[in-house]
Amino acid sequence: MGMEQIPHNFATGKLEDFLQWSRSQSLWPATFGLACCAIEMMASGGAHYDLARFGMEVFRASPRQADLMIVAGRVSQKMAPVLRQVYDQMVEPKWVISMGVCASSGGMFNNYAVVQGVDQIVPVDVYVPGCPPGPETLIQGILTLKAEIASGEVFKRREASASGGAEINLEMAHS
Amino acid sequence: MSALEHLTDEGRQKLPPRPTAQEIVVTGTNWPGSEFDDDPMIINMGPQHPSTHGVLRLMCELEGETVTRVKPIIGYLHTGMEKTGEELTFVQGATNVTRMDYASCLFNEVAFCSAAEALLDIELPPRARWIRMLMMELNRISSHLLSLATGGMDIGGLSAMIFGFREREYLLRFFEKVTGLRFNHNFFRVGGSAADLPDGWQEDVDKLLTDIPKGMDDLDQLLTENPIWLERMVGVGMIDKELAVNLGASGLVLRSTGVDWDLRRDMPYLDYDQVEFDVISATNGDCYDRFRIRMAEIYESLRIVKQCLENMPDGDYRVQDRKVTPPPRARIDESMEALIHHFKLFTEGFKIPAGQVYTAVESPRGELGCMMVSDGGSKPVRMHMRTPSFYNLQSLEPMMVGGMIADAVAVISGIDPVMGDVDR
Repeated sequence: MGMEQIPHNFATGKLEDFLQWSRSQSLWPATFGLACCAIEMMASGGAHYDLARFGMEVFRASPRQADLMIVAGRVSQKMAPVLRQVYDQMVEPKWVISMGVCASSGGMFNNYAVVQGVDQIVPVDVYVPGCPPGPETLIQGILTLKAEIASGEVFKRREASASGGAEINLEMAHS
Repeated sequence: MSALEHLTDEGRQKLPPRPTAQEIVVTGTNWPGSEFDDDPMIINMGPQHPSTHGVLRLMCELEGETVTRVKPIIGYLHTGMEKTGEELTFVQGATNVTRMDYASCLFNEVAFCSAAEALLDIELPPRARWIRMLMMELNRISSHLLSLATGGMDIGGLSAMIFGFREREYLLRFFEKVTGLRFNHNFFRVGGSAADLPDGWQEDVDKLLTDIPKGMDDLDQLLTENPIWLERMVGVGMIDKELAVNLGASGLVLRSTGVDWDLRRDMPYLDYDQVEFDVISATNGDCYDRFRIRMAEIYESLRIVKQCLENMPDGDYRVQDRKVTPPPRARIDESMEALIHHFKLFTEGFKIPAGQVYTAVESPRGELGCMMVSDGGSKPVRMHMRTPSFYNLQSLEPMMVGGMIADAVAVISGIDPVMGDVDR
């Protein structure tokens, strides 16, 4: 595997880089299917698109074992507190992908029932457009997130933004 | 039991705290029992649960592992689509309704469009009718495959999920070729469809007709006589004929109890009276019967698709009524009037005579109806969908009560509710 060219059997690097690389290589998504997009999310785990190629076919039913929440579908006002609770139950570090226009901005449903963008409830890292986004689009979104995690970009943005970090929202919820 | 009635009320997330434990003194006999030990246990399932087909929430009251009461709590996917439908013109309406039952989008569109067409009193050209039948039957296959896939996954047969999604992908690719989207098509419009079938559709459908039975053989070998599958399905989630009728169940749930009722045959719409197919029904009313009917209906749908392929008439794919149908694209480039006409149709829409109508189609889940009220304007005053999953979900309680809590997922996947269809 090319290792024979390396004269020594060790390599040096920053621990942070190694951490970020390893985090990006095994994202475990929580099953948070809400509506139409959930079917495409399942299809991307199916035989044709095979999300397992990216080390993340293990959709965990328990949020405590997951570090990526793919909000797939429209979030109703009734579902919003449940979504936030599931997000709070996930362990840090955790990421959120907003899949489809309904989750990203309310989409075509600009009415009393639908939350106009899931970023009002949880901090979103990647928005995946489409109604519904095909499995290719979702996989592209996931790869974008992986690249951001590996480069540390996600963490920088969270530290810089006052409202983007999960901890700040938590404090607000408790006070 | 009645003392606990209020505890299963909607909105209450957890039971109130128990009184503090009594002081325990070990005397060599049994542990002193609490007066609450014999109380039934209340288990909350969902709304975030991998096997509830979306965001269904169940409050189950258990006696040991036996379910004594169950109450489905819905509304977690309420999207206000019926209200949104009042804001959209009849041209835009299909975009909205197609997102209700997202596993069988085309049926929603046909129910909506045929209601508007009934109010307009227009007759579709033959090709438009047969395109609808062809696409709806392919959609029924994809919906049943999805149901078999997720149903297998719920019970732990992950291979079923792989098989189901594999065949379904061929169908979705055909849909993408025809309509431009994998689902949520907005393909059927009032007065026909948005486009004609693409060139070479015959070869594609022909290939589907050979590919899908191959995949079905895999599913059949994996599940139909699998002892674990039989153990989980036979005799589980029983419901009798009378109760199913009284609860308003339709489709598979009704047919599994022995009521031989299918709108395609009994109240024919489109040209279903000109195709040959059998209505599959069973008598036991359990989950296994629903599974077998689902498998058999895929073959029946393939039969109809084959007849559609052979008998597809030529001609217009939408009605040539200038009040409803926009001018063809080529005319817009050369005629100012055609451009204005097109613009008016897509901004103001067309007006529909005042009246009220109900039309229904047989969706993969049952009777899917659309009740539409028009006051003579270009938007419906009221648009209500009679969605089969909502009514079928009522039969969940009699199916689950008396059974084990572990069978809950088998019962749910037997009914196969789509929460978008329930909550709208």
